[in-house]
Amino acid sequence: MEPIRKHEGLVYPLNRANVDTDQIIPKQFLKRISRQGFGQFVFYNWRFDSNGELRNDFSLNQPKYQGTSILVAGENFGCGSSREHAPWALQDYGFRVIIAPSYADIFYNNCTKNGILPVKLTEDEVQTLINNAEASQYHLTVDLEAKKVYDTQGFEASFDLDDYKREMLLNGWDEIAVTLTHEDKISQFEEAKG
Amino acid sequence: MRKPKTIIEKIWEKHIVHHEEGKPDLLYIDLHLVHEVTSPQAFEGLRINNRKVRRPDRTFATMDHNVPTIHRNVIKDEVSKTQMETLKANCEEFGVPLADIHHPDQGIVHVIGPELGLTQPGKTIVCGDSHTSTHGAFGALAFGIGTSEVEHVLATQTIWQQKPKTLNVKVNGKLGTGVTAKDLILAIIGKFGVKFGTGYVIEYTGEAIRDLSMEGRMTVCNMSIEAGARAGLISPDDTTVEFLRGKRHVPDGQEFEQLVEEWKALATDEGAIYDEQVEIDADEIEPQVTWGTNPGMCIPVSANVPTVDDANHENEREEITRALEYMGLEGGEPISSVEIEHVFIGSCTNSRLADLKRASEIVKGHKVNPNVRAIVVPGSHSVKAQAEKEGIDVIFKDAGFEWRDAGCSMCLAMNDDVVPEGERCASTSNRNFEGRQGTGARTHLVSPEMAAAAAIKGHFVDVRHLSIPTPS
Repeated sequence: MEPIRKHEGLVYPLNRANVDTDQIIPKQFLKRISRQGFGQFVFYNWRFDSNGELRNDFSLNQPKYQGTSILVAGENFGCGSSREHAPWALQDYGFRVIIAPSYADIFYNNCTKNGILPVKLTEDEVQTLINNAEASQYHLTVDLEAKKVYDTQGFEASFDLDDYKREMLLNGWDEIAVTLTHEDKISQFEEAKG
Repeated sequence: MRKPKTIIEKIWEKHIVHHEEGKPDLLYIDLHLVHEVTSPQAFEGLRINNRKVRRPDRTFATMDHNVPTIHRNVIKDEVSKTQMETLKANCEEFGVPLADIHHPDQGIVHVIGPELGLTQPGKTIVCGDSHTSTHGAFGALAFGIGTSEVEHVLATQTIWQQKPKTLNVKVNGKLGTGVTAKDLILAIIGKFGVKFGTGYVIEYTGEAIRDLSMEGRMTVCNMSIEAGARAGLISPDDTTVEFLRGKRHVPDGQEFEQLVEEWKALATDEGAIYDEQVEIDADEIEPQVTWGTNPGMCIPVSANVPTVDDANHENEREEITRALEYMGLEGGEPISSVEIEHVFIGSCTNSRLADLKRASEIVKGHKVNPNVRAIVVPGSHSVKAQAEKEGIDVIFKDAGFEWRDAGCSMCLAMNDDVVPEGERCASTSNRNFEGRQGTGARTHLVSPEMAAAAAIKGHFVDVRHLSIPTPS
């Protein structure tokens, strides 16, 4: 996967809690057998009306958010189905960083396997970012090495991410190759187990 | 004296392949279940990197999400067809056993695992599906994974996992007559919310849990993910042992007796400490109906739909407003007055023989309301065959239900079993998210009994006070 160290980008605020993966990518788009091309379907039922036309009342469609790469959302983001198509769709649409107070466990893991950085900030910090990004075009810098998020107007917040996931994201490693360096231990375990 | 341990810690410790301070553990996986939707990209990854499936003998595949439940031989959707053919080709290429659409073992992956005895206490089980938590009913550590992790498990038979925190959900007392495992888990999520289990593995304990059948326990563990917990489990006991006795992949004779000893030793020790504990009283629980767009938005069938004034803070006001609007509800009306157009009895939550049998007892001798289209989708070929042997299909068909072939069907509506926009469905499945059963479809989660009663009445009704005159 593509490494991510420091990312600067336009923020898109999605002021909703419990956004489930069925919303991120609805089931009718899960039938494809490749990892590519899901971006066009992201938030499909919110972005498009029943005739397949872009809805003006959904904020992601507004001109000021075009080119966004940082998604800021409410708590428990990515709950529900384990579909990795959700991070694939977000990434293919252009998101490299997600910021929320909390995530569903499976979704959080899936992001880190695909070079998307899921940042956890406090409710208050997230609300500040949402307010800023709703008010005007708003850019943030996310620095994974320093584990910091900041803007040019004085906002700065720290976040935590476990060292293992951080290292994988910073280096863009193939996790299977890393695991296979422990091949002898897996074989020993299997022999002992019988 | 040895420190008392939870079943979660015991299973964890037995599966550590590699441990390094400050890092996740590398855990061995005993059983990997695979289906057509979340596996194609994983097999493709193996091919690109010239890797093999390490343990095809610990891997088992089936087709469930996408399969038609009617006219089995005609798959009109070319993309669905390709996905199923891809699974077949992948299983052949990598030597993975497959119960394909026509195989007698085919069914929803979380129904057939236990049915075949592949699911056993103490095992670590994964599948590219969030409802893998179902298998926890047997005292297995079972959780859903993404496709990258599917590829990782195929290649290495292991997974990197941070040791989870433990959460005891203690259910005191007894469930009343007509109150089911489904009502219990909905009430738990309704009370504690859709994310109280995030970061935890839940163990369900207490008298009401011990009283549940294996089918009931599967229903409860199945919806652990709806509380945010990747896994939920129940310590094995005699109920577990009797369910597994004689199952195809379970050894017999002396070997079985020895296994039983091991299984029972897994149960959480007296005095073991959990990171967190919550309690709920079973006797206070009524049959539940969800009114909104996540499983935590549920109320007793006797209650009224909430209004925005019930919100505790501004964000919740917005959530309730959005949910009411999507669901086409005013707020404040009795949930029992809400009329439905569809009934779906099925899904990995409630499609086992016992579920269908109990629903059929409500249906027997009655007719589906003329405004309602009702379908029953058995969880597996085997459930269907057994139900037909017992005449359960006839009860449903006589009442006007459609009797279908096995699959995930209308739970996520990936096949043709879709609820049309703006229409309302009483569903025994697990998610009432926007668009889940079809774009604009409105889902109300209920037990099989409550779904059956709603099919007859055309609206929600308390199954405990059901007075439907039975024709003599």
